[in-house]
Amino acid sequence: MQQISLLLTSLPDGILLGFVYGVAAMGLTLIWGVMDVINLSHGPIIALGMFGTFFLFIRSGINPYLGLIPIAIVGLLLGVVIYFVAVHRVINAPHLSSLLATFSVNMIIIGIGTAVVTTSPYNVDFNMGSFQLGSTTVLGTRLIAALIAILVTGGLYLFLFRTRPGKYIRAVTNNRSAAELMGIPSTRILALSFGLGTMLAAVSGALISTFFPFSILAGGSYELKSFVIGVLGGLGNPIGALFGGLILGVLEGAIPAFLETSWVPVIEFGLFVVILLVRPNGLFGAKQ
Amino acid sequence: MKNWRNHLGLLLPMLVVIGFSLWPVITGNISTRESAFTILKAIALASSLNILLGYTGYVSFGHIVFYGFGGYIGLYFVNQQDWSIWAGMLVGGISAGILAFLLGKAILRLRGAYFALATIGINEAMKALFNNLDLFGGPIGMVLNFSVYKAYGGAAKALGMAFYIMAGLTIIALIISHLVRTSKFGLGLLAIREDEDAAEVMGVVAPDTKTWAYVLSAIIPGMVGVLFFFKNGNVEPHVAFPLHSSIELLVMVMLGGQGTVLGPILGAFAYQGMRGYFVTSEFFKDIQLSVSGVLLLLIVLFIPAGAVGWLRQKFPTLRRVLQ
Amino acid sequence: MTSLLQVKGVSKFFGGLQALNDVTFELPEGQILGLIGPNGAGKTTLFNVINGVYPATEGQVIFKDQDVTEAKTYEMAKLGLARTHQIVKPLNELTVIENVVVGACFGRQGYSLRKATPVAEEVLNFVGIADRSDQLASSLNVAQKKRLEMARALAAQPHLLLLDEVLAGLNQSEIAEMVETVRKIRDKGITIIMIEHVMEAVMNVSDRMIVLNFGAQIAEGNPDEIRNNPRVIEAYLGDPKLAQKLMQKAQE
Repeated sequence: MQQISLLLTSLPDGILLGFVYGVAAMGLTLIWGVMDVINLSHGPIIALGMFGTFFLFIRSGINPYLGLIPIAIVGLLLGVVIYFVAVHRVINAPHLSSLLATFSVNMIIIGIGTAVVTTSPYNVDFNMGSFQLGSTTVLGTRLIAALIAILVTGGLYLFLFRTRPGKYIRAVTNNRSAAELMGIPSTRILALSFGLGTMLAAVSGALISTFFPFSILAGGSYELKSFVIGVLGGLGNPIGALFGGLILGVLEGAIPAFLETSWVPVIEFGLFVVILLVRPNGLFGAKQ
Repeated sequence: MKNWRNHLGLLLPMLVVIGFSLWPVITGNISTRESAFTILKAIALASSLNILLGYTGYVSFGHIVFYGFGGYIGLYFVNQQDWSIWAGMLVGGISAGILAFLLGKAILRLRGAYFALATIGINEAMKALFNNLDLFGGPIGMVLNFSVYKAYGGAAKALGMAFYIMAGLTIIALIISHLVRTSKFGLGLLAIREDEDAAEVMGVVAPDTKTWAYVLSAIIPGMVGVLFFFKNGNVEPHVAFPLHSSIELLVMVMLGGQGTVLGPILGAFAYQGMRGYFVTSEFFKDIQLSVSGVLLLLIVLFIPAGAVGWLRQKFPTLRRVLQ
Repeated sequence: MTSLLQVKGVSKFFGGLQALNDVTFELPEGQILGLIGPNGAGKTTLFNVINGVYPATEGQVIFKDQDVTEAKTYEMAKLGLARTHQIVKPLNELTVIENVVVGACFGRQGYSLRKATPVAEEVLNFVGIADRSDQLASSLNVAQKKRLEMARALAAQPHLLLLDEVLAGLNQSEIAEMVETVRKIRDKGITIIMIEHVMEAVMNVSDRMIVLNFGAQIAEGNPDEIRNNPRVIEAYLGDPKLAQKLMQKAQE
């Protein structure tokens, strides 16, 4: 009985967080789907999004939700730059090359970040009130973050399925060489996809910073979560990532009702490996 | 007497490692010994990883899991069951090998990035698991009883001995690496690296061959883990399973040249040397990580075969020496 | 032993698509069997089923009196089956001789490294690329890569050799040389099945032929019978040039 009430208390939070995790994973899985690159600079970019909010809000007083717009634009541009500097040359090389290339971007960002903001924790004290849902207190910031996450997902869906560049991205995801034969400018599409993936990472970081403390190193754990979610939802399937995020959020909300919180990562990563083995295309299937 | 030429490739690696081992003896300086220990450890781990990464072509991102797992098990027996460091290392190596065997049966079916992701997942799951195991001290880990060192003539002597054991392990790692490289088994691995399907058509039993390569690449890291935690006097989950160090090992192998015996040695030396210089240099101290990142990126983009690979391409006559 | 290889009622489905439909034949030792048919007829699929790349959906493959329907490719190699690929698969970063040593070490004979080297040298001589021994396999041209594939297969000292379009992409003189090589292999006592599009060559060299169309076996016989078989000509009518050639040959 006690467990059920505990479950009811922690589950709504988990679900709301799940949507935000989903956005982070969407960025990772979009890049994977389009160019078979696992972006190891994902975590630091999430952290940059967090600090984006910090500087815009604390230093310049810009509302964190309004601040998402410049953060998204900078994220997009940063992604395009990273693509051309670090990824483009190794896009057809063995996986190790692109993994290490993005990892070196990770090192560069963390290195500069450490020099500028150190590794100590930061906090954006932003309050949007809270309300009661049954026995649970739901924080306003989390609810709004989840709503924005859903909006972003919807926007991404419309972009991928309704606009020309979005359709190009899906074509390149499906079969790059065929898409090139049909005259799709693949380099530009690859750069755009990397930019979008980076943008989503930065936005998710900005949202997370409104309710969790963070440091320049904080992105690492969200990057790992993004791997798990990406695999749950099917690597290469951005929309599946939202569902993957929800599953992870629900797990994080539900497990503490039955086990100690420290068992959460054991189950998460165990599940991750098992799904890679039995359903490498994710629970909902994705590209082969 | 053509046989000795086959082992010419081992000569240079051995000279380098013996050089590192003697360096602190000559200077008689403790801090030199610490640096040499770090470099030898990196060489042993990177050479072991190279068996899987360089010879077999499987990118293991979480290879450090064997170091942590073996280290935990070995240290447990040394600390809680009063086993000697030798027995502890043996059991650490064997348990890492068994773990690799079981994991290998499951995850070596995955190819490319999926395998890399699975290894990350396993490392993180293992770290979280040890965090929860009271037998191994949970999140606090285990602290070595000071009395353990007494059997070796006190802490100072024990630490000195640890250095020579490390040198010995590194030499064993290199011999394994060389023997694999020059054996029929190793040729099978290279064939798998180049084209797994074609290798199987030619009769290479890929599933078994890969699994044994995984086991071989796990044993030395397990032993090194026991030794390092013994020397350090404690172990905790985040020290035993650092994903970041795991990726650094990849960088070392890549820097020096994957698939060669000498490559990981040069890579480990260059990487550790560079880190050491940047960390202490006034100018680079604050952004040492960024500088390393830029260098790594340049190497990945422009010399993907690594130093030894590049030399082999430029000077084919050196091939027999630069294995 | 009656036949080296028996294929009994083999069918293969990929999802709903039927790639092979009830293929049955026997192959006596020492023959060259030509396997022809239009593109997409299922020839390579048949090789893959015999070779163990994937199992047949229905039917049985018997090799040297053993049921090998479910056998893996490496098990087939140890039993004495070797093949070349239509799209060559060189081990790029290994030298030519190392490629061939792999074949010798892991094939039917399972030679040790030391014994494999002279075998590899001999085979490289036989296929005529011995002068390339120490080059990287990636540096060979297409014709040389096809010979490399063949050398790797032969180094295993197989009983049965599957040749998948070894003539494709070669010029006239290269074709003549390769056909000569194939004959010499047969004369060593190795049984061969070859998939081929170069019709004159395959008709010339085969003892017997099988024609596949849409996964089904539409004709079987010696080259003369195949030439005159109306169903074969009909199958190739999709390719009028080839059909015409066949007709001409038949009239001569």
